[in-house]
Amino acid sequence: MTLIDLANPSRFRALADRALPWLAAATLIAFAIGVGQAYLAPDDYQQGATVKIMFIHVPAAWLGIFGWVLMSLAALGTLVWRHPLADVAAKAAAPIGAAFTLMCLVTGSLWGRPMWGTYWVWDARLTSVLVLFLMYLGVIALWRTIDDPARAARVVAVLTLVGAINIPIIKFSVDWWNTLHQPASVLRLGGSTIHPSILMPLVTMIVAFTLLFLTLHLAAMRNEILRRRVRTMLMLQADAAAGA
Amino acid sequence: MNLGPHAAFIVTAYAAAIAIVAGLVVWVVLDRRHLTRMLAALEAQGFTRRSGRANGEAP
Repeated sequence: MTLIDLANPSRFRALADRALPWLAAATLIAFAIGVGQAYLAPDDYQQGATVKIMFIHVPAAWLGIFGWVLMSLAALGTLVWRHPLADVAAKAAAPIGAAFTLMCLVTGSLWGRPMWGTYWVWDARLTSVLVLFLMYLGVIALWRTIDDPARAARVVAVLTLVGAINIPIIKFSVDWWNTLHQPASVLRLGGSTIHPSILMPLVTMIVAFTLLFLTLHLAAMRNEILRRRVRTMLMLQADAAAGA
Repeated sequence: MNLGPHAAFIVTAYAAAIAIVAGLVVWVVLDRRHLTRMLAALEAQGFTRRSGRANGEAP
């Protein structure tokens, strides 16, 4: 099945109906393994048990960024290829990406207080992630402001692509500026600096959270297609009422 | 499991993560339920999609 085949919303919904139970099951299994591994993981020699916050903080940070990258690809799909499902994918991803970015900020603050002595500091990494969260809220507000989904999609797509500038800033902020936040320790040249006994549960939790994101995103896309169908029928109802 | 002197921060972080994930799941489920009911109500009133009408479904 090609991307063009999925342009048909009914075909996409049928595919989503089939895929969702499998994705949900895979998510639950991955979380069962990941939580078990996180429970059994040893404490860090410096951070003690607070390292367990990393098993939710890092996946949340990854998904906050992943959500915006997904929306940027969808924005290209809307503006360049005019794929009918591109704006559906973008709209469905925004609240999910915002939620994971919020999770990243909250868990990061709760990790920062015992380790840094403060919940918040205006360093480049924390500030750029806060900007990402605010941009998510802006995109969600814009979707709600413009009534026509096709017009809203084009405006949101432009804003999303402009906002994508923030993604490399988030990633490299710890290298470009002197930050309280630690530099990259998972994805870096020369390999991870994390001990395998802590890295393994982290990777499993990243996989589990990513599966959760994909499950929620597919379900939200299916809802969005349904919402557009309801909107079309409400307009037909209004036309019928006006003609009566 | 001994979470040490910072147990409150660890437990609060996990509780926040669970609350956010639960919120997302509830949002998706309730949204679908609401939309399905609206669609059923509209179809009960005799309204169908334009593509449905083109396929010979009742208006």
